[in-house]
Amino acid sequence: MSVMDIETITPTEAQKKARRSRNVAIGLALGAFVVLVYVISIVKLGSAVLSRPM
Amino acid sequence: MTILDKTVDDGAVLSEATAGDYLELMKPRVMSLVVFTAFVGMVAAPGALNPFVAAVSVISIAIGAGASGALNMWYDADVDAVMSRTASRPVPSGRILPEQALAFGLVLSTLSVMTLGVFVNWLAGAMLAFTIFFYAVIYTMWLKRWTPQNIVIGGAAGSFPPMIGWAAATGAVSLESVILFLIIFLWTPPHFWALALFKSGDYQRAGIPMMPNVAGETSTKRQMFGYSIALAVAGVLPSILGYAGVAYGVAAAALGVGFVWYALQVLLMPQEDRAMRPAKALFGYSLLYLFAVFALYLADCVAARMFAGQLAAVGVGS
Repeated sequence: MSVMDIETITPTEAQKKARRSRNVAIGLALGAFVVLVYVISIVKLGSAVLSRPM
Repeated sequence: MTILDKTVDDGAVLSEATAGDYLELMKPRVMSLVVFTAFVGMVAAPGALNPFVAAVSVISIAIGAGASGALNMWYDADVDAVMSRTASRPVPSGRILPEQALAFGLVLSTLSVMTLGVFVNWLAGAMLAFTIFFYAVIYTMWLKRWTPQNIVIGGAAGSFPPMIGWAAATGAVSLESVILFLIIFLWTPPHFWALALFKSGDYQRAGIPMMPNVAGETSTKRQMFGYSIALAVAGVLPSILGYAGVAYGVAAAALGVGFVWYALQVLLMPQEDRAMRPAKALFGYSLLYLFAVFALYLADCVAARMFAGQLAAVGVGS
């Protein structure tokens, strides 16, 4: 083995499928959290969300 | 340059855990009861909460409950592995590593408490944090393996959600919300010990000091009967104290009598009965009871509010 050897990993089908499932779930959860923070800011602050010192 | 290609089938390196396995860590069935009781506490509370803020409250409480479930599964993997009911959970079955369950539980605990505290109010946030701490540390790490009163005291964790819901809506603790706490608190021992009776072999093997294994079945059955009577009374308290209607009181009393009857069948169950049908029946009925009492209480609150609204509309009491 030379210094340049690179070790790679080939995931099995089951691992790929599980990873995809986790990625989708994390994506959806993060997206939902962003929407939640956005909507609740509007709900709690209303039009005051726009009033800030210039 | 050579590229070494390895197919890794070691789960420790590349996980095969699906999103569903992580969902299972959150004990979805316990979560559904938490969501329901928290929702009832919130709607029953006086004052109108913005529907979206209400939804965020319920979601936060549910995620917090799920997080404490994940922390419980992280810590309890060793005992879960030897019990038939829990051996296939994600950690003992090897689909999720203990440290992954721990991280998942800690991250969700922090997120749920922060969300509830920042967006709703800090009394509710603090109560959620305390509930998670109580379930994961006081119950799971300490009481569960130490005393047969484990689920009695630990039951407080499961009793908090309606109080958190009430606190989310009003920013306060009140007698009404404490009685909702009391109903779940008194319900937990007969509910859990019914399960412990027909699963006592499991607990014996795992070395968990459940009441039937420590004090014996006869003593457990007697205590269950006692708690059932106390529960039947607590269920009617909202009407006795005058803040719930007569219809609720009559229905809750009937459900309570049913609970005591099922507990009596368990009390009269002969020692040699190993099928333990009465214990299984009580376990099933206990779930129905809790759901029904909370649903009736919710209906009573909503009906009272609509009636008050109609009276106001025709000018009575103004």
